[in-house]
Amino acid sequence: MTEYWRWKEYRWHDENIDPRKGQLITAGVDVGSVSSQAVIVIDGKLYAFSNMRTGSDSPTSALKAMDWAMEGTGMTPDDLGFVIGTGYGRVNVPFAHKAITEIACHARGANYMYGPTVRTVLDMGGQDCKVIRCDEKGKVTAFAMNDKCAAGTGRGMEVFADLLAVPIEDVGELSFQVEEEPPPVSSTCVVFAKSEASGLLRSGWPKNKVLAAYCSAMAHRVVTLLQQVGIEEKFAVTGGIAKNIGVVRRLENEIGIKALPPTLDTQIAGGLGAALFGQRLLKKKLSGE
Amino acid sequence: MITAGIDMGAKNIKVVILDGGRMIGKALVRAGFNTQESAEEAFAAALADAGITKEEVEGVVATGAGRTNAPYTDRDITDVGSDAKAVIRLYPSARTVIDVGAEEGRAIRCNAEGKVIDFALNEKCAAGAGAFTEAMSRALEVEIEDLGPMSLTSKTTIPMNAQCAVFAESEVVSLVHNKTPKQDIARAVHDAIASRIVSLARKVGFEPDIVLIGGVARNVGFVDSLERALEHKVIIPEDPEFFGAYGAALAAAEA
Repeated sequence: MTEYWRWKEYRWHDENIDPRKGQLITAGVDVGSVSSQAVIVIDGKLYAFSNMRTGSDSPTSALKAMDWAMEGTGMTPDDLGFVIGTGYGRVNVPFAHKAITEIACHARGANYMYGPTVRTVLDMGGQDCKVIRCDEKGKVTAFAMNDKCAAGTGRGMEVFADLLAVPIEDVGELSFQVEEEPPPVSSTCVVFAKSEASGLLRSGWPKNKVLAAYCSAMAHRVVTLLQQVGIEEKFAVTGGIAKNIGVVRRLENEIGIKALPPTLDTQIAGGLGAALFGQRLLKKKLSGE
Repeated sequence: MITAGIDMGAKNIKVVILDGGRMIGKALVRAGFNTQESAEEAFAAALADAGITKEEVEGVVATGAGRTNAPYTDRDITDVGSDAKAVIRLYPSARTVIDVGAEEGRAIRCNAEGKVIDFALNEKCAAGAGAFTEAMSRALEVEIEDLGPMSLTSKTTIPMNAQCAVFAESEVVSLVHNKTPKQDIARAVHDAIASRIVSLARKVGFEPDIVLIGGVARNVGFVDSLERALEHKVIIPEDPEFFGAYGAALAAAEA
């Protein structure tokens, strides 16, 4: 049975970097409620990462993600000078030296991914949405979060992908294959929007149109959160839904600001920021401070 | 005088027929995609139940989420108004009405005359309504009718972190995976909805007698959780889901 909500898990490492020559090797492990990432940074540069679904047990997920990130690199856990845990399950990363909040890690990670001009980061994660304001160093200056409601989160999108039997990775593209942009679904609540969508399908709406209506509603919900904190350019998006152009383009249209184009996988922002914090802490530790 | 009330609910359409304020017929039909058709079906069934013909009905008023789509009438009243009217008629000592339907929860304060003094609604979020128990019964893989009785067999309170029906579903799956007894999870589910409803009740300041109506009143597990959270007993009428339609039919007689 096809599971439409299931996105591809994967890992990557930079073939041009030799870990044996690295001085400061650190890792960040971001255990979220839906996905987990382990990211390895060597001497300030991103070296490797893994992205997988969080299992029913956080510590096991953390270990699996870490092992997978190192796969094929010849590295072992002993090579890691410092490990930082973050995310919803950060206290459950058994091999972490320290835990740092996901807000701080996201800002730091976005600063690496998008550069020092980024001032507003919208993270659309598995079960929460965060808006983070930061300075040129990636330090948090303000934030707001919605973690009580599935609207605008990955889980909300998974429910829809499943309902419409569309692979989640295709949702964005397909939502633009419509004759004209439909009005958004009237309910923000995913549960109610789902009933509404079923009704629309029965009335003859093609799938893509329903996807468009839903993406539109989700984009609007996120814009409300953005306006709570205020948007300062440059603006960037992280998290899984950053890969959904159906939501991203529509929210860009609504706020009248374009997001910086991603150059790295948007789901690793938290883990990457954690690993970068690890770099600083390891440096301090080694210099005997 | 024979009148009818049509409650165009989000999930079920209810019709009540009154003769001089006394219920003589009723029917409930699942709201299909064409709600008008479903309402016509419910109306015909209620007429059959009452043993009368449509011509004998002198007035019709609609209520409920989809009331502007109701057939046979262009008069409608709010859900809050119809609930209060019906409850006071049958329970003159009622001062608080709690109505938990498929997609909306409400708390209503009223006075001895049945006038609404204050009300609070939860209409934006599935976690304070029947849609939540439906989603949870799916996650627990039990029939919705069994969820209530099953939860009563639990004597343990386990905390549920999720306030959202979608997140709660994942949380329930996790709990089941970790071998938490299903009846304890069921109880936690009812506690979660009850706490949302109680916060609505606190907003209006609840006062006895408290009458609980709406389809979810049939869920014994929810009732237990609600009474524990309110620290007060609630009165549950027979046919709790028909009160909206009942109130609308009373309004039709006042015309």
